[in-house]
Amino acid sequence: MSGPIRPYGDTTGDGMVQLSFTLPIEHSKVAEGAAVQLANKMGMDPALVVHAKPMGEGFTFFVVYGRVNHLVDPSTVEVVERDYPLLTPKEANSAIKSALRRRLVVVGGCIGTDAHTVGIDAILNIKGFAGEKGLEYYRELKVVNLGAQVSVPQLVERAREEKADAVLVSQVVTQRDAHLLNTREMSAAFRESYPEDKRPLLVVGGPRFDETMAGELGVDRVFTRGTTPGEVASYIVHRLVTDKRKAA
Amino acid sequence: MAGNHLGLPKTDVRRARTLARQVGRPIVKLAQQHTTVSVERATLRMAGLAGADAEGTPWVNRLLDVVRADVGLEHGVALPVWHALRRGHAEDLLTLAQKASAGSVTFELPDGKDATAAARDARKAVGAGIKAIDANRRERERMIKKIGDAPRKPWIYLIVATGDIYEDIPQAQAAAREGADIIAVIRSTGQSLLDFVPEGATREGFAGTYATQENFRLMRAALDETSRELGRYVRLTNYASGLCMPEIATLAGLQRLDMMLNDSMYGILFRDINPIRTFVDQRFSRQVHARAGIIINTGEDNYLTTADAVEAAHTVTVSQLLNEYFAKEAGLEDWQLGLGHAFEIDPDIPDSFRLELAHAMLARELFPDAPLKWMPPTRHMTGDVFRGYLLDGFFNLVGALTGQGILLVGMMTEAVVTPWLSDRDLALQNVRYVMNAAGNLTEDFRPAPDGFIANRAREVLGEAIDLLQEIKDDTDSEGDAPLLAAIADGTFGLMKRPPTGGRGLDGVAKKSSLYYNPASEILEEQ
Repeated sequence: MSGPIRPYGDTTGDGMVQLSFTLPIEHSKVAEGAAVQLANKMGMDPALVVHAKPMGEGFTFFVVYGRVNHLVDPSTVEVVERDYPLLTPKEANSAIKSALRRRLVVVGGCIGTDAHTVGIDAILNIKGFAGEKGLEYYRELKVVNLGAQVSVPQLVERAREEKADAVLVSQVVTQRDAHLLNTREMSAAFRESYPEDKRPLLVVGGPRFDETMAGELGVDRVFTRGTTPGEVASYIVHRLVTDKRKAA
Repeated sequence: MAGNHLGLPKTDVRRARTLARQVGRPIVKLAQQHTTVSVERATLRMAGLAGADAEGTPWVNRLLDVVRADVGLEHGVALPVWHALRRGHAEDLLTLAQKASAGSVTFELPDGKDATAAARDARKAVGAGIKAIDANRRERERMIKKIGDAPRKPWIYLIVATGDIYEDIPQAQAAAREGADIIAVIRSTGQSLLDFVPEGATREGFAGTYATQENFRLMRAALDETSRELGRYVRLTNYASGLCMPEIATLAGLQRLDMMLNDSMYGILFRDINPIRTFVDQRFSRQVHARAGIIINTGEDNYLTTADAVEAAHTVTVSQLLNEYFAKEAGLEDWQLGLGHAFEIDPDIPDSFRLELAHAMLARELFPDAPLKWMPPTRHMTGDVFRGYLLDGFFNLVGALTGQGILLVGMMTEAVVTPWLSDRDLALQNVRYVMNAAGNLTEDFRPAPDGFIANRAREVLGEAIDLLQEIKDDTDSEGDAPLLAAIADGTFGLMKRPPTGGRGLDGVAKKSSLYYNPASEILEEQ
């Protein structure tokens, strides 16, 4: 692991960054000075306004390049590292088959008013994502994709009907924190409807989630931008099959 | 670019349209045989019934619910309502709706002379609403003549979506000043699944602003002011989709909106709205749009956001052909068909730009007189705003090269944030640069007759014909129309939507032999 580092422009240690923003002020020398002032306050020194353009009435857009004096220390960064082994579809299928002796049921959908099924479809549809086939491709997974705008009660009902082992929810729309509110509503509903040890595994995903928020949102796992179907399948198998075997 | 540069075989083009007609015809029949709650409520709106009760339930919903409980939906709302007015239950529609929801009116279906008289009164009342729609159409034409039209094509289409109509207005006016020819107010995400149209000016919405009559009026008035200031008529767009299509189309006509998103199958496939409900509502709403001089925008871009844009290219063509058939059947003319398509091919695949060009040229040559709505990349906008800006530039270049009529401006911050002031400005700079630099390239550009682009276009048309043939031959055990069977077995976008499922089915009724609807009657005359 390396020690503290600085941003890199074209020379090690130069600390160069670029920044763009708009200030609510007519373009003038004063406006450019104000842009430099902001950059300075953000730790850029020296800061060079390389572009300033009036945008609409009373606004100016700036592009600023400059040096920051901050150091960052990767050794103190906290992330959620993958804590389960990646399985091929074949490995996942055989793990499920030997442990459960039935197909593992996954129910998924977009809840609330969110109509963006891109995320859930990338994970569930056989088509998949990033060169990996979706969960529908796994012989030992039974996938029920409820699509868009599923209400939380509908989701719980279908999960019960299908005897879901895992529930996958995708949330793209984030206006007014809709993704967080919807997820909390969903996890609360499952907790209310199931005894804790019978509750399906709750997994949410979406581009603007924070992986560390699982506990706060009441779900088992949060997946974020760039997650592949294989990762989701491996996680589900790890939690529902491998852990179960350990417990038995 | 007009003309035939792709060498599309005339017999193929003819065959594609014939198949679209054969697939569409049974659906039109089905639509003619049914009515829906929203068609009937739209009829009441044309007759001037507006407003809502204290809980916000529109009076048209209140009144229709009582009529339906008393005599059913299958005869239409007109005869029982105007019969009740004739019998003196109330002096006007609003009072009748109020009394009906208080439980003091019982509706009955008139017969003989009473029915004739009720029909005559209904036709007069609804006719007044249609006259208002006609007057708005003339007013638009007059304003365009007096103020001036958008100076060039494609028309530049920008979106506002704050959730608050009073925030939308200054944003829309600013966007128009920055160069937008068309302003679209995105609807609140949940609205398509509401079985009523909210009332009044609204300040709360999710990822968009509710479509209401008052919001329409406020925005149109603001853009009229800006149009005069700028010396060009700025068009206003909203969404006639979801469960209330006919009513929203009617409100759009009454408030002089200029364009409406209005796809024949989007609601079924992407919103899980019942197929029959959708087709019935669709036909009525398109008849209204035709009458109002509104340009429709269809939603083919959606197919490409859920399926691979190369593999699914022909589904766009199929949908365009079906949308064209349904639109023309409902009375829309070529200039009103903003058929959709999108730039959604994975930029990492080889020749992606040539493929995009082939698909866009195919749409242009298949529909030479339609404006075409060209939608920017969304799926492959990754958050790398720099790469996204380049992709949007290539999107604009295809738009310039293929003479698209309506260009939705791509934002480099797609999938990151709702557009910032600077995002919009940079996006418009991108469009202007490409149009200035290459807008006339269409004069010089001819794809090689047997080159990659022409071959690809012919291939997609061929696949579209195969798919239409497959749809035409589709069957189900109930003997439904082939298109319904095809939708039920997941032919489009892997989504299976049976005619007995989906939202809003309980709002559909098969028309009785006594059914009467003055709006349909007037809209179908000529």
